[in-house]
Amino acid sequence: MRRTALTTTATVTGIVALLALKPHHGAHPAVSAQPVPGTDPVSGATAGPGGAGRTGTFTGDVIDTRYGPVQIAVTMSAGRLTAVEVLQVPSGNRRDREIASYAVPRLTDEAIGAQSADIDAVSGASYTSEGYTRSLQSALDKARA
Amino acid sequence: MPERRLREAERLRHTEHVMGTVFSFDLRHEPTRATRAALGEAVAWLHHVDRVFSTYRPDSAISRIGDGSMNVTDAPPEVERVLRMCERAESATRGCFSARAGRRLDPSGLVKGWAVEQAYGLLRTAGAPNSLVNGGGDIRLGGEPAPGSPWRVGVTDPCGPGRLLTTVEGRDFAVATSGGAERGPHILDPRTGRPAHRLLAATVTGPDLTWADSWATAAVVQGTDAHTWIATQPGYELLTVDLDGQARRSGGFPLAAATRAAPRAPGAALDG
Repeated sequence: MRRTALTTTATVTGIVALLALKPHHGAHPAVSAQPVPGTDPVSGATAGPGGAGRTGTFTGDVIDTRYGPVQIAVTMSAGRLTAVEVLQVPSGNRRDREIASYAVPRLTDEAIGAQSADIDAVSGASYTSEGYTRSLQSALDKARA
Repeated sequence: MPERRLREAERLRHTEHVMGTVFSFDLRHEPTRATRAALGEAVAWLHHVDRVFSTYRPDSAISRIGDGSMNVTDAPPEVERVLRMCERAESATRGCFSARAGRRLDPSGLVKGWAVEQAYGLLRTAGAPNSLVNGGGDIRLGGEPAPGSPWRVGVTDPCGPGRLLTTVEGRDFAVATSGGAERGPHILDPRTGRPAHRLLAATVTGPDLTWADSWATAAVVQGTDAHTWIATQPGYELLTVDLDGQARRSGGFPLAAATRAAPRAPGAALDG
């Protein structure tokens, strides 16, 4: 099931597409985040304006959600996002950790096609998606600081 | 193909943080005094529901009934209605849904869907039948978004936050999703009192969000057996993602035409 090189590109594309529509402020859950067709998500994965393309691992803030803390770390290589790691998810249950850490590499691949369709709303668990997105955003902010 | 986009002047939108999540409203009508008033009423209603039904507020009627310091008869009348609906859900699901699954009284698995359904009813009555009310991912979609077009709803992939598994479409219907290891083991199996982990996610579509929400919660407890069970609930359809990430849907599950025919849309190249 696990994909390799292509998945990394897809993952980066997807995360950035997700974040591209997501203002840094506020507690909007991922339910409202939909990549817009026609944006160029890949360029967003590089360092911010003036950034020299940082390399290293950047740990996001711990975001407290109703279901527990969520924390994400990102690895950047020359300003490009190369990996996302889930450090904390709600529940210390091992099965959950396995699912969560398995889940992230799968983030966005062929379903990007479905996402870019014209949709009115998104149905799904939203709470730690929000925590996930906010922690990820804070990690990226640090990486680009 | 009919024009799906309406001018901003022809719709009314609002977002509200309440009940521990975000609710959004999207009325596909030119705003009138009546629809604006109904929107205000719907928002006030959600805050009322939160005050009465929150298990996170020790002073809510539900918490007080749960700890024995209040009688149901002394609570607002909707408490008894909700508890009766929970009993109906418990019986219909043969015990896979219960407001007493854990140690505390907790009708949350039904309350959000029911609250959204009532909020939508306020909008419809005020002359805005073509409206969407989204309660943190549990959605009532009234009428149609634009003349001749169905509503389209993305279903999140429990294996990838922010990613969509598929898209459903329809007119005047409801979509609810429950479950997810992503949220921790928050659904208990009422039969054992232990966390239910038989599915990563269950999405139910149907005419009424009260039941779609409850059936989605029950499906996570039932596991893939829920496909056999949902067939006994006319008008309701089911999509499940099992623990291995495999997605299954019931025969009538309203997948959007585009996602049925072509999973990858043109222009969605991954390498930019």
